[in-house]
Amino acid sequence: MDLKAPHSMGTTIIGVTYDGGVVLGADSRTSTGMYVANRASDKITQLTDNVYVCRSGSAADSQIVSDYVRYFLHQHTIQLGQPATVKVAANLVRLLSYNNKNMLETGLIVGGWDKYEGGKIYGVPLGGTIIEQPFAIGGSGSSYLYGFFDQAWKEGMTKDEAEQLVVKAVSLAMARDGASGGVVRTVIINSEGVTRNFYPGDKLPLWHEELEPHNSLLDIINASGPEPMHM
Amino acid sequence: MSSIGTGYDLSVTTFSPDGRVFQIEYAAKAVDNSGTVIGIKCKDGIVMGVEKLIASKMMLPGSNRRIHSVHRHSGMAVAGLAADGRQIVARAKSEATNYESVYGEPIPVNELAGRVASYVHLCTLYWWLRPFGCGVILGGYDRDGPQLYMIEPSGISYRYFGAAIGKGKQAAKTEIEKLKLSEMTCREGVIEVAKIIYKVHDEAKDKAFELEMSWVCDESKRLHQKVPDELLEEAKAAARTALEEMDAD
Repeated sequence: MDLKAPHSMGTTIIGVTYDGGVVLGADSRTSTGMYVANRASDKITQLTDNVYVCRSGSAADSQIVSDYVRYFLHQHTIQLGQPATVKVAANLVRLLSYNNKNMLETGLIVGGWDKYEGGKIYGVPLGGTIIEQPFAIGGSGSSYLYGFFDQAWKEGMTKDEAEQLVVKAVSLAMARDGASGGVVRTVIINSEGVTRNFYPGDKLPLWHEELEPHNSLLDIINASGPEPMHM
Repeated sequence: MSSIGTGYDLSVTTFSPDGRVFQIEYAAKAVDNSGTVIGIKCKDGIVMGVEKLIASKMMLPGSNRRIHSVHRHSGMAVAGLAADGRQIVARAKSEATNYESVYGEPIPVNELAGRVASYVHLCTLYWWLRPFGCGVILGGYDRDGPQLYMIEPSGISYRYFGAAIGKGKQAAKTEIEKLKLSEMTCREGVIEVAKIIYKVHDEAKDKAFELEMSWVCDESKRLHQKVPDELLEEAKAAARTALEEMDAD
């Protein structure tokens, strides 16, 4: 077991806009090689009162970038005399990511709410691109979610619909991606403020083979085919 | 109020016994000797106008611009020493583009005004630098709406509904105060500014002048630009008519 391997967050991170704000979601697994160094990490980090960031990739790199951006945003807020916008936060993140691309390995999703643009999500993947999106997914677990979002995403969801979508998506990815697991954390940001939610294993929907325990092969042979997934 | 600060006015780093820095006050006099510059904030934008005194008939009309664009959304009208004004505009342009590269959004007008003011003030702190001999009216339109600022050679910057600097500033301010700016559109504002400049122009002391105007408003898509030619001509004609009516009284 390689205990000296860097802590990485094989991860699933998601950011989704809804009518009035954003919902950010993530799993909680931090691994050192094959060992799960932290099974209950918080990958959704605060940058300002109204902007949070989902971190993936190298844990160290994503933490240091968040720390710098929090510091710059704090000074910017003091100078400006009002809360920073999500766009400014995302731009600071991508400048650090881009200008240090040779040394960093971190994919980030910046999400928040400001009074000018409302809820906004910005993806800042590995090379330091910045892209504003109605929803963004990242981390190793996101590979399993592209098709899911193509089918399940729609404009103008309510807050609860958006959160349910995020929880469902993260739990689907956790079921298939070995590097994602643990619990699901969500952060909802809107004009009223910030709400953090926590979904332990027993609160998550069950998938596929998790649904029925099999006592004998005969059960599988005689059972009818799996139900198609309902949305 | 003119006073000689004998002995205490040799350096910008010297206070007089009554707490004044004379060099800064002398710098302000340089501004007072220049052609009038006006800025007003209408309900949908900013209008700025300059009374450009023409030194020689050989000068090409449209040359020696006194109003400069600082960024897409803001512009600056300069009064006083022209070369000093060029420095301030260059600095403002640089601050604006730098802010946008770091923060990813256009510089808020109040932030820009603060930076220009800091820069002007900086040059009043060292004995080896002289103060800027120019005042600046900065007008811009950002996400908080249209805003107008005036920066003086001392480095003071305030936000205004209407501002005037230069020779005819007292008369201009009186005229501006008569306007109902909160109900006026920029289109109407352009006409009013032209009238005021024509009115405060002193025919006896200064011969010819050229009117230069710019605006940034909803009609210009929140971009700072020269007032379109036909509107400018309309404004000049209205101003001349208003003057004739006054003379006729």
